[in-house]
Amino acid sequence: MNAAHPPASPPAPARRLLLVVVGLSAVLALAIGLSVSFGAAAVPLWQRLLLGGVWSEAQQAILFALRLPRVLTAAALGGLLGVAGVAFQALLRNPLADPYVLGVSGGASLGGVVALLAGAAGLGVPVAAFAGALASLVAIERIATTGGRLTVFTLLLTGAIFNAFSAALIYFLQSVASREELSAIVFYLMGRVPSAGFPTLVALWGAGVAITIALYASARDFNALTAGEEGAQQLGVDVERLKRRTFVLGSLATALAVATAGLIGFVGLVVPHILRRLLGPDHRLLLPAAFLGGASFLVLADLAARTLAAPTELPVGVVTALLGGPFFLLLLRRRGATTMGGGAGYDAPDA
Amino acid sequence: MPPMPERPPTPALLEVRDLTVAYAARDVLSGVDLDLQPGSIVGLLGPNGAGKSTLVRALSGVLGRFAGEVRIVGDDLRSLARKEVARRIAVVPQEPRFEFPFTALEVVVMGRHPHLSGLAFESAADIAIARRALERCGALHLARRPIDQLSSGERQRVVFARALAQQAPILLLDEPASFLDLRFQVELFDRLRELAEEGTGIVAVLHDLNLAAEYCDRIVLLQAGKVFAAGPTAEVLTYKNLTTVYETEIYVDLNDLTGALVVTPLSSRARRRLQESAADAKRLPPP
Repeated sequence: MNAAHPPASPPAPARRLLLVVVGLSAVLALAIGLSVSFGAAAVPLWQRLLLGGVWSEAQQAILFALRLPRVLTAAALGGLLGVAGVAFQALLRNPLADPYVLGVSGGASLGGVVALLAGAAGLGVPVAAFAGALASLVAIERIATTGGRLTVFTLLLTGAIFNAFSAALIYFLQSVASREELSAIVFYLMGRVPSAGFPTLVALWGAGVAITIALYASARDFNALTAGEEGAQQLGVDVERLKRRTFVLGSLATALAVATAGLIGFVGLVVPHILRRLLGPDHRLLLPAAFLGGASFLVLADLAARTLAAPTELPVGVVTALLGGPFFLLLLRRRGATTMGGGAGYDAPDA
Repeated sequence: MPPMPERPPTPALLEVRDLTVAYAARDVLSGVDLDLQPGSIVGLLGPNGAGKSTLVRALSGVLGRFAGEVRIVGDDLRSLARKEVARRIAVVPQEPRFEFPFTALEVVVMGRHPHLSGLAFESAADIAIARRALERCGALHLARRPIDQLSSGERQRVVFARALAQQAPILLLDEPASFLDLRFQVELFDRLRELAEEGTGIVAVLHDLNLAAEYCDRIVLLQAGKVFAAGPTAEVLTYKNLTTVYETEIYVDLNDLTGALVVTPLSSRARRRLQESAADAKRLPPP
C-alpha cells in the first residue's frame, strides 16, 4: 500500500444515499426539461435558459397550462409505481413481483369502468377507481389474514384471484356496453397520462413522497426480511407489522396510480430491477431511487408516447411495454454478469 | 473483552419450564425444561421429528403461541419486545437462504439490526464489529462476495459471523455443522468453545453424536417432543439412552488417546458379527 496515498475511507451508506438522490434528481430534472420541450409545438426550454430567448404567449400557455401539468403527473405516477414495485418485491421476496400482483389494481380498474358506464365525468372516474381499490385492499387483507397473521402466500393467491375476478367482470361489462362506451373503457384501461389539475397534482406528489418516506422507515427491515420471515424476526424485526404496513402502503401507491392513469405496465417491474443492478439490493438506496427513477422513466416514456407517432398519441402503457419488455429480456440474458457497485458501499478493500 | 464488572449472581441465561408447543392440536413439544448458564454449551440431541428445531424456534420467539414459561436473562419471553429478544439471543438457522444478492459483509452487518434505532445507518463501529466477526469465522475473504453465489458451507460461516455480530449473550444454533467439512466443523466448534469461555451461553442442535460428546457440557436428549434425559454429557450419552432414543444399536466407548466419548452407530452387519462372536464365546470353555 502506498503511504503517500492512504486508501480513501469507504463512502458511508449515508453519503451514497445522498449521491443517489442528488444524481437521480438531476436525471429527473433533465427528463422533465426534455419532455416539456417537445410535443405538437416545440417549447425549447434550453433556448430560454441558456440563450436568453423569449417565448411567445402561445408557447408560455402550452408550457404552463398543458405540458408541465402532464409531465409532472407522469413523474408522480412513475414514482408511485416504482416505489410500489420495490415494496411488493421486498414483501414477497421476489424480484419479479410488480405493483399489480396483489389485486388492488383489479379493484381500481373495475371501479373506474363502472363509473365510466354510469356516465361519470371529470374526477368521478378516478375517485370511483380509488374507492374500488380501497375496497379490494380491505377485502384482500381480511381474506389473507388467518389467526392474526398475514400469510404472504395466501396474499399472493388472493391478489391473483381478485385480478382475475375483476377482469372477468370488466369483460362482462364490455360485452354489454355500447360501442362508444366500449372504446372509452378500452382507452381508460390501456394506461395513459392525463394532464391533471393542480389539486390532483398536489395530491399525487404529496402521496408519492409521503409513501416513499413511510416505506423508507422500514428500509432496514426490508433488508433483514431477505433472510426470510423467521430470520428477520430473529434479527428483531416485527414482521407482522412490517407485512401489513407494506401491503397497505404499496397498495395505496398502486391505487392512486391506477385510478389516475389506468394500467401502465412494466414501470414497477423494470425500474426496481435496473436500480437493483446498478445500486445493489440495499432498500435504503432502492426506495428513494425507485421513486426518482420511476418518475424519470415514465416522463420519458410519455414523451415518446406523445412524439413517436405524432400527431397520433400512443397510449403510454403501450410504450412502457414496448420499451420495457425487450429491455427486461436483455437484462435477464445478461444475468450473472457482475452487478455494478457494492451495495451500501462499506466494502473496504481487503488489503 | 474488558473484565465483567462485579454484579450480583448472574441469572441463568435461559430458564425453560414446562414448555409445550402444539401444531394443529398435536403436541410437538410437551413439558420441556431447559436451563442454560453463562459459559456453557448445551447440545440438543434426538432423532428426526423429536422437536429440536421447534425448541430453537420457540426459544428465539418466532412461535406465536406456546404454553409454559421461557425466561431469557431473567425476563419472560412474552414481555420482551422483538428487538430486545434479538439483542439477547442470536440464531444460526439450519439452512439460510437469501433472495437478493447482498454481499457477505452486508449480511453480517444485518446482525447489528437489533442495536440500531429507527432510521439510523450503521456506524463505522458497527461495520468494524461485522468485519471482526467475519475474520473470526475465517470468512473475511468472502466480504465482498454476493451471498447467493457462496457455497452452502461458506454461507453457513457468513451467517455464523452475523450471529457473532449480534453480540448476544445467548447463541442458538440449528445443526450448524451440517454443511461444513471436517476442518470447518472443528473450527466452528473451537470458536463456540472460545465464546463459551468468554461467557456466552450456547444451545446447539446436533446430529453428530461425537461432536456433541467432544464439545458439549450438557446434553438434552429429546424423544417425541419430551425430554428423555438431560444432564452432563457423559451421564446422558450412554448406550442405554442412545439405543432407546435413536431406536438403533449404538456403541459408546472411551477413546484411549483423548479420553473422549466415542459414539458409533452399529450397522446391521456389525450387529450380526457381534452376535456371532458372542455365540462363539459362549461355546468355548473359559480359559
